[in-house]
Amino acid sequence: MDKSETQSTNSGLAGAMEWIDKRFPATETFEYHMSRYYAPKNFNFWYYFGFLAMFVLVNQLVTGVWLTMNYVPSGDGAFASVEYIMRDVEYGWLMRYLHSTGASFFFVVVYLHMYRALRYGSYRGPRELLWLIGMAIFIALMAEGFFGYLLPWGNMSYWGAQVIVSLFGAIPYIGPDLMEWIRGDFLMSETTLNRFFALHVVALPLVLCILIFVHIVALHHVGSNNPDGIEIKKDKDENGVPRDGIPFHPYYTVHDIHAMVVFLFIFCAVVFFAPEMGGYFLEKPNFEMADPLKTPDHIAPVWYYTPFYAMLRAATFPLFGLSAKFWGFVVMIGAIVIPAALPWLDRSPVKSMRYKGSISRMMLTLFVISFFILGYLGTQAPSKAGTIAAQVCTAIYFAYFILMPWYTRVEKTQPEPERVTV
Amino acid sequence: MSEGAVNNTSGETDQENSTNSRRYFLIQATSAVGAVGAAGAAWPFIKYWTPSAKARAAGAPVKIDFSKLSPGEMLSPIVAWRGKPIFVVYRDQPSIDALETDSGGLADPDSTNPEQQPDFAVNPWRSERPEIGVYVGICTHLGCSPKYVETDNFENTGQGGFFCPCHGSKFDLAGRVVAGVPAPYNLEVPPYRFESDTVIVIG
Amino acid sequence: MKKTLLTLLVTLPVAAWSASASNWPMEEFEGDLQNLPSLQNGFKLYANYCLGCHGLQFQRYERTADDLGIPHDLAMKNLVFTDQKIGDLMTTSMPKEASKAWFGAAPPDLTMVTRVREPDWVYNYLKTFYVDENRPLGVNNKVFANVGMPNVLLDLQGVQREVCTDGVCDQLVLEAGTGAMTAAEFDSAIYDLTNFLYYVSEPARLERQRTGVFVLLFLIILGSFTYLLNREYWKDIEH
Repeated sequence: MDKSETQSTNSGLAGAMEWIDKRFPATETFEYHMSRYYAPKNFNFWYYFGFLAMFVLVNQLVTGVWLTMNYVPSGDGAFASVEYIMRDVEYGWLMRYLHSTGASFFFVVVYLHMYRALRYGSYRGPRELLWLIGMAIFIALMAEGFFGYLLPWGNMSYWGAQVIVSLFGAIPYIGPDLMEWIRGDFLMSETTLNRFFALHVVALPLVLCILIFVHIVALHHVGSNNPDGIEIKKDKDENGVPRDGIPFHPYYTVHDIHAMVVFLFIFCAVVFFAPEMGGYFLEKPNFEMADPLKTPDHIAPVWYYTPFYAMLRAATFPLFGLSAKFWGFVVMIGAIVIPAALPWLDRSPVKSMRYKGSISRMMLTLFVISFFILGYLGTQAPSKAGTIAAQVCTAIYFAYFILMPWYTRVEKTQPEPERVTV
Repeated sequence: MSEGAVNNTSGETDQENSTNSRRYFLIQATSAVGAVGAAGAAWPFIKYWTPSAKARAAGAPVKIDFSKLSPGEMLSPIVAWRGKPIFVVYRDQPSIDALETDSGGLADPDSTNPEQQPDFAVNPWRSERPEIGVYVGICTHLGCSPKYVETDNFENTGQGGFFCPCHGSKFDLAGRVVAGVPAPYNLEVPPYRFESDTVIVIG
Repeated sequence: MKKTLLTLLVTLPVAAWSASASNWPMEEFEGDLQNLPSLQNGFKLYANYCLGCHGLQFQRYERTADDLGIPHDLAMKNLVFTDQKIGDLMTTSMPKEASKAWFGAAPPDLTMVTRVREPDWVYNYLKTFYVDENRPLGVNNKVFANVGMPNVLLDLQGVQREVCTDGVCDQLVLEAGTGAMTAAEFDSAIYDLTNFLYYVSEPARLERQRTGVFVLLFLIILGSFTYLLNREYWKDIEH
């Protein structure tokens, strides 16, 4: 054996680590992403949600795998197998509630995570690609939720999916054929259920995991933004370490672990004491098996889609010779993808809302308020007043983006500080 | 240490020591409580794999009526208990005699392995009544289901028994395994009782 | 700031997926899953009056008996009227096609009726059958207008008629002495029956809440440690 190799071999754990490091960059990877990844020291409340989203993802994957062990993806068996899990399988009720509550919480934390980016300009250069990958994750997550929602084969699953699939019928020329192609049948059927099952448990989780991995690689390459929106990498000490950076591990690991426990407390309170969440997380008609002949009195998607659903319904008049149905579809898709353009819409000299002008702040506030109102309207049965409100809110929603190049340039901003403020 | 913002001004070793020991304690304590939590969280996931209420209901005792069975026959169709095939054989007098007298060539003629039968079946015919044999029809080698051979399972005696087509294991009519075949144990005798002269309850 | 999420969750308006559109003033129903005598009586009533037509196809006799503290042999003798085994699902033996011909629609399975509707709805529904000669079965219901189900509890409750004043029919009056039970006894029986259905809709409810208490208490303990650990490390950071 090589002499130097023998000399450097430590005993015990250190020795084992050395053995591994020669064959796999374990320590190097840990240092790059954790102990020598320098994150700004001024992270605040809004910076918990990326980690929490990962945590919920793990919850969804694990409980999802366990549910799959007893779930039967068939027209006759799906609904019964869910009740079988709820009653006959040991702790099946817990798996199901962890998964159904987790789905809603996934969107809670992801929406808060995205709001953070709007608030502090995290989508701005050099993080444009990071933002685009994040948008891809968001869209994949919406698809994942949509496919999963059909699986319990309750009456709301069935008709909700029916409505969303019918949206594609609004596309001129190919619409009707496209609908049939998506369903694999002339109506929602077992065939549809089977393909949604495959997509929900195999394809999209895989896509999500890859995208999240890429998201983190991109983040650690460019470095994290912070509430001041300034680049800590511009000010490094003699060792090349940002003066305003602290090692992610241990400082942000202990931070995030505590946040995780606080989050778990809220999450478990819902799982164990209000899994239906008043009909928002588990809807009443979904405790009845899918019935192709009986639509529930009132159809609404799950709460996390309702802002977009409200915008879909807000399009009530034909335009340029195209039907209102088509424009509803365009508005909804547009609302989902338009945030992807943010890095190029924001022309402000500063990133963070702390230093942006009053128009930006007002627009962001209006945007959030209209998003909430749209979310509420989407859960309600359509009404005349509701439609007008939805139209106003849809206009505000889009104005936030479309007017951004203008208002971020004309408004007066405050100077950014040299160093981060804690 | 080179961390930019980390406060390294405390040069005093005492202070550093107390900080380190406090941290060490807190890490240990948090890890211990966290480990309890992890174990608690893992429990439902482990328990989830145990037989469900449905499986337990399917594994409930089974009644078998063998009134139509004549000497020398095995009950057909084969009844399942907990999803396993149950062999019920009605042995004729020559077979019973053969079980009592001829025990040559068997691996465990006296049924010494307590796992393979209830206590009442530790006898030459491995059953409660000499003429009625009840066995779990799964070969103790790798789990195939042996075939019932009415006669000539054994070249030298012409006795009947069970023959496993997978790897050639042989059992006599009391389910006793022959020495020198892959199967290590005698066929399992399930727990059973006679509800009447012609009905047995398995389980 | 951490409270924002909590506030957000708590202040979500309660969704109004009301299953019925009737104007009947609903009496409130508060389920009590700790009340075993009530649940046992509800089970007995269900087995005697409902199970013939309405199955509980996802629920097993065994689980029900165990949760309600009924010994298996007693349950088999008094509550299982078919040749079913204790481990079987509580399905109904009524053939779907025949029942469709008799009632116009197959009687629905009621395993989750209190989750699809509300327990209050079931409670009020069972109490508000009244004589209506215009209906094919001679009865109607205040909560479920033009219902296709006969009043199977008529013998217990007695004959109920609606009373209208100025064209508003918001009162039901019982003809005294026509039922085997007094009004109070009948209310109590319906309470037990609804309570039983409330149990059947989610048999794990009590276990869920019990487990939840332990989980939350544990998280408080764990949270104290993670809080201290976090604070300890962040002493390093210049503020």
